[in-house]
Amino acid sequence: MGRYIMRRLMWMLLVLFLISLITFAMEHAVPGGPFDREKKLPAEIIANLEERYHLDEPYWKQYALYLYDVLVPRITRQKPTSMAEETMINVKLGGNYYLRWMNFGPSYTSRSRTVNDIIREQLPVSIQLGLISMLIALVIGLPMGILAALKQNTILDYLGMSVAIFGVSVPVVAMGPVLVWIFGVTLRWLPPTGWGAKPPYLLFFIPRGIFSWGFWRYAIMPAFAVGTGFSAIIARLSRASLLQVIHEDYIRTARAKGLSERVVMVRHALRNSLIPVVTILGPMFAAVLTGLFVVESVFGIPGLGKYFITSITNRDYPVIMGTILLYAIFVVIANVVVDITYAWLDPRIRYE
Amino acid sequence: MAVLETANSAVPVRRRTAGLWTDALYRLTRNKAAILGGTLVILLVLMAIFAAQISPYSYSEQDRNQTDAVPTWMTALFPTIKPYAKLSGQFPLGADYVGRDLLTRIIYGTQISLSVALVGPLIALLVGTVYGLISGFFAGRADNLMMRFVDIMYAFPTMLLIILMMAFFRTSFAESEPGTFAYAMNAIDRRFGGMLFIFIGIGITAWMGTARLARGQVLSLREQEFTLAARAMGAGNGRIIFRHLLPNVLGPLVITVTLAIPGYIATEAFLSFIGLGVNPPTPSWGSMISDGAQAIRTYPHQAILPALALSITMFAFNFLGDGLRDALDPRLRGVQ
Repeated sequence: MGRYIMRRLMWMLLVLFLISLITFAMEHAVPGGPFDREKKLPAEIIANLEERYHLDEPYWKQYALYLYDVLVPRITRQKPTSMAEETMINVKLGGNYYLRWMNFGPSYTSRSRTVNDIIREQLPVSIQLGLISMLIALVIGLPMGILAALKQNTILDYLGMSVAIFGVSVPVVAMGPVLVWIFGVTLRWLPPTGWGAKPPYLLFFIPRGIFSWGFWRYAIMPAFAVGTGFSAIIARLSRASLLQVIHEDYIRTARAKGLSERVVMVRHALRNSLIPVVTILGPMFAAVLTGLFVVESVFGIPGLGKYFITSITNRDYPVIMGTILLYAIFVVIANVVVDITYAWLDPRIRYE
Repeated sequence: MAVLETANSAVPVRRRTAGLWTDALYRLTRNKAAILGGTLVILLVLMAIFAAQISPYSYSEQDRNQTDAVPTWMTALFPTIKPYAKLSGQFPLGADYVGRDLLTRIIYGTQISLSVALVGPLIALLVGTVYGLISGFFAGRADNLMMRFVDIMYAFPTMLLIILMMAFFRTSFAESEPGTFAYAMNAIDRRFGGMLFIFIGIGITAWMGTARLARGQVLSLREQEFTLAARAMGAGNGRIIFRHLLPNVLGPLVITVTLAIPGYIATEAFLSFIGLGVNPPTPSWGSMISDGAQAIRTYPHQAILPALALSITMFAFNFLGDGLRDALDPRLRGVQ
């Protein structure tokens, strides 16, 4: 098990390194610098700014500095003095010491906020929405799939699988506007835009109103827009998997041993059938992230995805690169966690 | 198709044995959902081919006097727009926010989506199969190396990679100097209607699945007797790969690739939605939904209609893909 984990972690580092390299290379292959304004700035000011942001150094040095900024946590004694040194994670350790980590650099289009500010304000919203979407996907998809498998070829099965085909065929880009139209515009049950939580958040992402309807009425529609697609995938997968497991010999043995049907189902069949579902959670996490881009745009939610899209339109490269890097880190870590969980659940994988 | 005569029966029974594809075709045509999907796909293809003939207007022609025009029957479907809708019988489905005809743009949108649905699997099949065949056939060091490469690429979050690439293509290549490689690529892209980069993006992420699958199949097939027999008869490597291994590998590959088509369509719609897909004014359903989402409270039909078109297309391909998979499933052979 330990060797498997080591291998996974090494893959993770390799992939992250490659992504950061590609991101950085692309950022600097694009024409247009951070200080191109309508009115050209005087040459000395441009030179000064370039020196401050290290833009006149050779590329490999800039890359090394960027990596250093993003990856290495530092403990310093002075308060952050300027935008260039503002970091995303800024924890006061008591006395005069600060722990600082992850500095993604300035934003090209926003004069008052750095990439770190943007991420700090808007990432929690995206995390909230992402978690709720995955929750909805699991809560709807798993029972549907399991029921369909247990009651195979009955009306419940056909109904469940029809809903699943529907969910798989309607992508998030289509589901979002339809939901807004039905529930926000025509029926007016739920607000079509906006979000029900504001900073500060507990533990970086838990909103204060988490148990109130005021928060959930904003969250339901977008979470459903993203979640229904995945609930369909989970339903299909869990149904196929449970059907396969039920016909295995060890289930027959368990029944022959005299175990009650309930124990056979829950302790043996269900547990083993859920393993493929766990494997799919990794890629699903990445797909939820991209789904978030769409719903945040359609539902007007102040999350990181929406800002990412506007930064693409505005060609704000540090934000684009920083967000992609951040998302890549999340996705790769999520994949590694899922792989490790999968190996823990299914011992056959460990010895590959 | 051979005809089999069974002995040992009171009445001599002649039963036709069918090859894999004939049997599959038989089962496919019995599957109602697959027939529905297939018919829809054919209709969409016809719509895409004859788009210029059947659409009433041009997809880029703007009529600034008729922005957001709505046909009268639309107010019955979308009752909230009655108070302020600008009624006009000129556009069959209404106009968008700069006065372009929605029906025309939806019809032209099929061209974009269907071209992605065609090229994606094509690249996946061509590149992936050849790669997987070679890798599986020459197992050993070459196979190891090739699969390491695939593993690295597999570990990348593909969506992010596509977004990164498209952002790169659409910005740096668009603003490049004439005479550079980037400028030439951009010119080719414009010839393709803005689709070249999307094809490249989707292609780069599509071939890996088929490569792995093909390699797995080849690794198991090359141990079987028919390869040995072919080798004994003096067949060279190339002949064995393409004449013997390839036909046996194609079945599961075609299934996987057909099932992935709705994913490609959704990816293209997503890219167009976030502004990294085709360039305006070329209509893609994704960009139409994005435009319509801005006006979702006032003119919801501008977003709903392309969303409907997208969903119907994906439904059709999903049904067809599912039907194909059930038809080609070897475990169901001989079972009606």
